[in-house]
Amino acid sequence: MALHKPSTAKRILTVDLPMAAILVFTLGPYLWMFITSISDESTLFTEGPSLLNATIENYTRLFRTVGFAENLLDSFIVAGGTVIVGLSLSVTAAYSFSRFNFKGKRILMLQFLLINMFPLVLLILPLFVLMRVLGLLDTHIALIIANSTVAIPFSIWMMVSYMNGIPRSLDEAAMTDGCTRMQALRRVVLPLCLPGIIATGIYIFITSWNEYLYALTLGGRNVRTITVAVQTLIGEYEVQWGLLTAGGIVGALPATVLFLLVQKRLISGLTQGAVKG
Amino acid sequence: MTHVSETPKQRASLGRQVLPYAMLTPAVLVTLAIVFFPMLQTAWMSLHEYVLFRPNDFTWVGLDNFKAALNDEVFWISLKHTIVWMCTTIPAQLLLGLVTALLLNQDFPWRPVARALIIIPWALPSVVIALMWVWIYDSNYGIANEFLLRMGLIQQAIPWLADPDTALASIILTLTWQGFPFFAVMILAGLQSIPQSYYEAASIDGASAWRQFWHITLPGISGVMMTAVLLRMIWVANSFDVIFVMTGGGPGYATHTLPLYAFIKARTNLDFGYGSAIAVLFTLLLMVVVVFYLKRTGKAVS
Repeated sequence: MALHKPSTAKRILTVDLPMAAILVFTLGPYLWMFITSISDESTLFTEGPSLLNATIENYTRLFRTVGFAENLLDSFIVAGGTVIVGLSLSVTAAYSFSRFNFKGKRILMLQFLLINMFPLVLLILPLFVLMRVLGLLDTHIALIIANSTVAIPFSIWMMVSYMNGIPRSLDEAAMTDGCTRMQALRRVVLPLCLPGIIATGIYIFITSWNEYLYALTLGGRNVRTITVAVQTLIGEYEVQWGLLTAGGIVGALPATVLFLLVQKRLISGLTQGAVKG
Repeated sequence: MTHVSETPKQRASLGRQVLPYAMLTPAVLVTLAIVFFPMLQTAWMSLHEYVLFRPNDFTWVGLDNFKAALNDEVFWISLKHTIVWMCTTIPAQLLLGLVTALLLNQDFPWRPVARALIIIPWALPSVVIALMWVWIYDSNYGIANEFLLRMGLIQQAIPWLADPDTALASIILTLTWQGFPFFAVMILAGLQSIPQSYYEAASIDGASAWRQFWHITLPGISGVMMTAVLLRMIWVANSFDVIFVMTGGGPGYATHTLPLYAFIKARTNLDFGYGSAIAVLFTLLLMVVVVFYLKRTGKAVS
């Protein structure tokens, strides 16, 4: 064996084992929640959660008695609406930042970065007052607007980074061939950064899906998203941990699955700016 | 197709000057309306006595709300917790994230799987995170007590979240768990951008692994770590939802932090004037910290 090549045993000891320990710490709580959710409620406290006698009883009860389906639909409308608002407003803005040099560009870009610097609590109080005045409390629109406060600057930021990756010469070529700016954007740039747009959209979907404080403050009896529903469960079924954890799994599942699908592209887009800067 | 040939040159260049602004207008207008206008409104509300169940009562009180906050014992308790909370959570996340990133940068057979799984806590809704940790900390049936009892580390079950002495520490552990994957992913990206040739040159010169880490790795990722810490400070400042669901700020005021206190004041007491004042104070404090941090790290890097 070469002198500098570390042996397999050493690698297992210094890399594999610590990594496995960190992964256990990372995934343990999630797995524990899952195991609890498929355990029989009646034996949960006597024998503890276990994989033997797995049951889906908690899940069927969840949809039958608690009405989780409606909450899922509300979350879906809010998250989907936020994706549409966030993406449609930021495509042209991102293109403008990526392709033009104009007066005030720095300030305007800074403005979109700064938005995310302010604590959410500064926004949540006035938004409540605003929605109350406009009569929008307890509607999907109110939640879409609230989530857009985060989604718009975020997607502008991401899309500028994706568009910068597409050579300017391509839209110039399209314009020499007779396209207008907007046509160049629609026919050349957008299709090329479609993967990036999809990743951004999915990320917006996940954050809106997971959002809780706005949903609690601006929602109500008609519009109750899944996160608020899970929290209400905690209050109502205090010690029925089988049911509660089933609610947690259902609430987290869509976001988790979507996230695993796009994480590679998303992380490269997110970290690009940080690594270069 | 012949738009361009029809328009005179001047008009085309005028169009070119206006176009970027036109394309920005929708996004700028909407953010002005839903972000900047509400923020100003918070500042405005903080200067008034404004309790929501007295609808017509919106009296100018100047800085009275701020004076009241400075004389409010709970404000100082919350401030203390906010400082403890940020000064422990962020370094813990950074350290654990750094170790994880260094491990993920090594060569081992199941690396792709580890890289994909490590990020999961990041994608979970904060309510679900709160739910599962409340279950873990449960005083009667929680696995934390079970585990520690079996290991013989504690003699009797501890009600982690109900005991004022352990509640804040328990929540800090949860927040660390939630946030360290973010650091790991950011730092990993930084590590991958360091050219392999640096290490080859260093080991030819006989530099030890520790010296390589100190002189190549750390400088190589300092920029990323700086950005990550900054983003995290702001994010941690926002993440009172986990605390809100886990303890609601209790027992007593044991887990109150400033943003949570502002939120509770407005939500439970409907005292929007006072709540806004605390929110504004918190924002100002946070901005001072951020500016100070940027100045210090900016100097350190250059």
